[in-house]
Amino acid sequence: MNTDTHAAGVDHHHNGDSHAHGSFSTYMLGFVLSVVLTAIPFWLVMSGALPNKQITALVIMAFAVVQIVVHMIYFLHMNTTSENGWSMMALIFTVVMVVIALSGSLWVMSHLNSNMMPMHQMSGMK
Amino acid sequence: MSPDLLKLIFGRLGFESLPLHEPIVVGTFAVVALGGAALLGGLTYFRLWGYLWREWFTTVDHKRIGIMYMILGIVMLLRGFADALMMRGQQMLAFGGSEGYLNAHHYDQVFTAHGVIMIFFVAMPLVTGLMNYVVPMQIGARDVSFPFLNNFSFWMTVGGAVLVMASLFIGEFARTGWLAYPPLSNIGYSPDVGVDYYIWALQVAGVGTTLSGINLICTIVKLRCPGMTMMKMPVFTWTSLCTNVLIVASFPVLTVVLALLSLDRYVGTNFFTNDFGGSPMMYVNLIWIWGHPEVYILVLPAFGIFSEVTSTFSGKRLFGYTSMVYATVVITILSYLVWLHHFFTMGSGASVNSFFGITTMIISIPTGAKMFNWLFTMYRGRIRYELPMMWTIAFMLTFVIGGMTGVLLAVPPADFVLHNSLFLIAHFHNVIIGGVVFGAFAGITYWFPKAFGFKLDPFWGKLSFWFWVTGFYLAFMPLYVLGLMGVTRRLRVFDDPSLQIWFVIAAIGAGLVLLGIMCMLMQFAVSFLKREQLKDVTGDPWDARTLEWATSSPPPDYNFAFTPVVHDNDAWWDMKRRGYQRPLTGFRPIHMPSSTGTGIILAGLATAMGFGLIWYIWWLAAVSFIAMLAVGIGHTFNYHRDFDIPAEDVIRAEDARTKLLAGAK
Amino acid sequence: MTIAINPSQTGGPVFYVADEHPHPEGWSTSLGFWIYLMSDCLIFAILFATFGVLGGNYAAGPAPKDLFDLNLVAVNTSMLLLSSITYGFAMLTMQQNKVAQTQIWLAVTGLFGLAFIGIELTEFAHMIHEGATPQRSAFLSAFFTLVGTHGLHVSCGLIWLLTLMVQVQKFGLIEANRRRLMCLSMFWHFLDVVWIGVFTFVYLLGVLR
Repeated sequence: MNTDTHAAGVDHHHNGDSHAHGSFSTYMLGFVLSVVLTAIPFWLVMSGALPNKQITALVIMAFAVVQIVVHMIYFLHMNTTSENGWSMMALIFTVVMVVIALSGSLWVMSHLNSNMMPMHQMSGMK
Repeated sequence: MSPDLLKLIFGRLGFESLPLHEPIVVGTFAVVALGGAALLGGLTYFRLWGYLWREWFTTVDHKRIGIMYMILGIVMLLRGFADALMMRGQQMLAFGGSEGYLNAHHYDQVFTAHGVIMIFFVAMPLVTGLMNYVVPMQIGARDVSFPFLNNFSFWMTVGGAVLVMASLFIGEFARTGWLAYPPLSNIGYSPDVGVDYYIWALQVAGVGTTLSGINLICTIVKLRCPGMTMMKMPVFTWTSLCTNVLIVASFPVLTVVLALLSLDRYVGTNFFTNDFGGSPMMYVNLIWIWGHPEVYILVLPAFGIFSEVTSTFSGKRLFGYTSMVYATVVITILSYLVWLHHFFTMGSGASVNSFFGITTMIISIPTGAKMFNWLFTMYRGRIRYELPMMWTIAFMLTFVIGGMTGVLLAVPPADFVLHNSLFLIAHFHNVIIGGVVFGAFAGITYWFPKAFGFKLDPFWGKLSFWFWVTGFYLAFMPLYVLGLMGVTRRLRVFDDPSLQIWFVIAAIGAGLVLLGIMCMLMQFAVSFLKREQLKDVTGDPWDARTLEWATSSPPPDYNFAFTPVVHDNDAWWDMKRRGYQRPLTGFRPIHMPSSTGTGIILAGLATAMGFGLIWYIWWLAAVSFIAMLAVGIGHTFNYHRDFDIPAEDVIRAEDARTKLLAGAK
Repeated sequence: MTIAINPSQTGGPVFYVADEHPHPEGWSTSLGFWIYLMSDCLIFAILFATFGVLGGNYAAGPAPKDLFDLNLVAVNTSMLLLSSITYGFAMLTMQQNKVAQTQIWLAVTGLFGLAFIGIELTEFAHMIHEGATPQRSAFLSAFFTLVGTHGLHVSCGLIWLLTLMVQVQKFGLIEANRRRLMCLSMFWHFLDVVWIGVFTFVYLLGVLR
């Protein structure tokens, strides 16, 4: 991240929006990719193509992650240079926070449930 | 009128909502009403309304908004402290069958209001106010990134405070404790308006806080003057940046949690209920995901203030600047990994508890590193024991004690004994008063001459200092003892007479703090009267080191006639050492944002909407909401939001300063 | 900005900018709006966490399998995807300064958005009619709140879109309006990203469960 550029007064005349804008072809590429990445998970679940539910779940989650990345790149025009890297930094920080809040809550609450609801484990304990 | 029509117009608001049966509240109301009437009458008599509206209420100047935040914080401190005194009095008296003087219904509101007000409407405005005032000047900017939003954020905070204050006289406040845990806060157990006041006050203020967080981050990232790289930013700016990152990343969580609670209360969903699969512990989990970062939101700027003060009054560059920055960043991230230590006892089991216990202990490491940095800054320095430095030293002693008791509480087995005891109360008052309040006071005394052009009177300041510090120790050390003996928080009456002496000592301590607050108010009054004697014309009364001292006191609207260029960490110190000459010619017009009344109007409508929702006055809520939308959209049709200060005005202001400086020599 | 040397200090260090140009209008806007989106992202994260924790608590009421019609969700998803690409076209025509075409693409985007909201409301009405109300179980509370919050965002986006169309009509594609269209573009695509999470974690995984 180059924070000196602004401070040295180099890009002062540069317009405030330094997001790249993309072109017709990148938008179309993003669109086609996201259609494909949406269609496959729907098809997997609706047809039950994979025999194992757990594997299906993992696969569609992987598709979701890939599709989010596709949207970020082709529609939101994320890159490491916009705003001197601050956009990317904010995004990475947010992703970390989201992961902490989501996984933390799930972890904490599932432990609570398994500890504090003894009817589930009566058979296991005694 | 038919009851149906009345209900349509007034919702659940009626004459019985006024707490006429509570003599204490009625008395308070009389005093407040008289005082308020005198104030409003005075403003009208001296024809100040126009001035206030033009120069203050509609201003987008970050300095004035900062000062208004500070005033809000100090006014609300009086309210919050009155609650504290009432609690100390009640607990001192309610022994041996005595019920004290507060009934349960009132007492429960008092402790809830105390917590809510002190955190949201005292500590937050004080901290935000200082950041607002100081940060743009420290980075050599003329204003914040979004000046209109800044004004709007401030008025939203005021709107929240207004709702809390309204609850004193119209209806009641929550009786749930400051975090309003369900199921107690759910509609079944709290059917009255108290929790709704709580929810909407925090939602309205929360919008303001989040927006001001976004605003200050952008300001620091985008508006630094040439030469000021990240690692040349003053430490206060760094801690402000981290604090605002924390605000933006944690207040949305509070917003959601309160929204879910209000859905439970208003439409009967089952998020935090006991039935239909709801989980009250999920509320506790979520609100602490916000709540723990919140304490760092408060204390990080205080750390920044202490850093500035220590290096200024030791006459030395801050020891370990880089480690200070990294410690701040590490605290920022770690503060998200510790939230469960607030509810070890909920029963998540050993692995969860040990994880969060360990992360909590780890977070004390960067904090400890900071402490050593301050000590080494003082080491072999030429320390001037002026008031800001005295607050800093009091902080260092007090905060270390608070920190150590915090590490004790971080051990899950110990926490099982001390959870929700007065030991905990003593601990967090120890860190919040020792850290945030002392920090705010250090900051106020330090930057007051910058804001007003004269120093605060040291005599009354020192008196206030000693009352505060001794009062604090007398008030809270007994609570550690009581907590270890097993006394839990929020109790109204006690059976065991042997405990009374400790509560008496604590009450005496609170009385000393009261004297401290009164001396502080006295200090403001005396300093104002003696402003000619205490005057500072140099703009740099403390021989300080950062850029805000490079301009006049009080600074002109545009802060700097020419944007500074920075070469060193302590930019102003560097300028002084290397023969900086104040520019006397070549002034140009300066581009500035113009004032607007939209912020205060929008916030007023939001407050009215909150009031409507609290009392089920649906038409009021709907009308205010639509009006808000209309005003907001209308505002976007105004494309001309700034103007140029003509060069002649700049020349006039700068020439006046030149004369002052010449006279001072 | 060029740093002109102050005549009185020739040779010495430069401590201020003598020949200064203010930051262009909107200098901080896109970063500020991006940070706002990040905070919004956390709002959704907490709603997802709530759904994750409470989403299995049916309280002997209907489960996702009984309620969700994946065909409808697929149609709805395509509405949102189409609106994304049409917004992209609006941005492209905006860069070529074609007011009328930009307006048309914005209108098309708005119609897709409207269709999305319409379908979602139909789905909600149907579920409520079946007795699967938000009050029925914690799962349904979490479902309606998460999906409803997304819908609310799209609705706000539609109001904003309309406002911007009026402003573009009135003032043309001036710099300020371009900046606003770019912010709305970020908002719109961001909602799309959130929807990916919704259809994957709520609908698809719900039906799998």
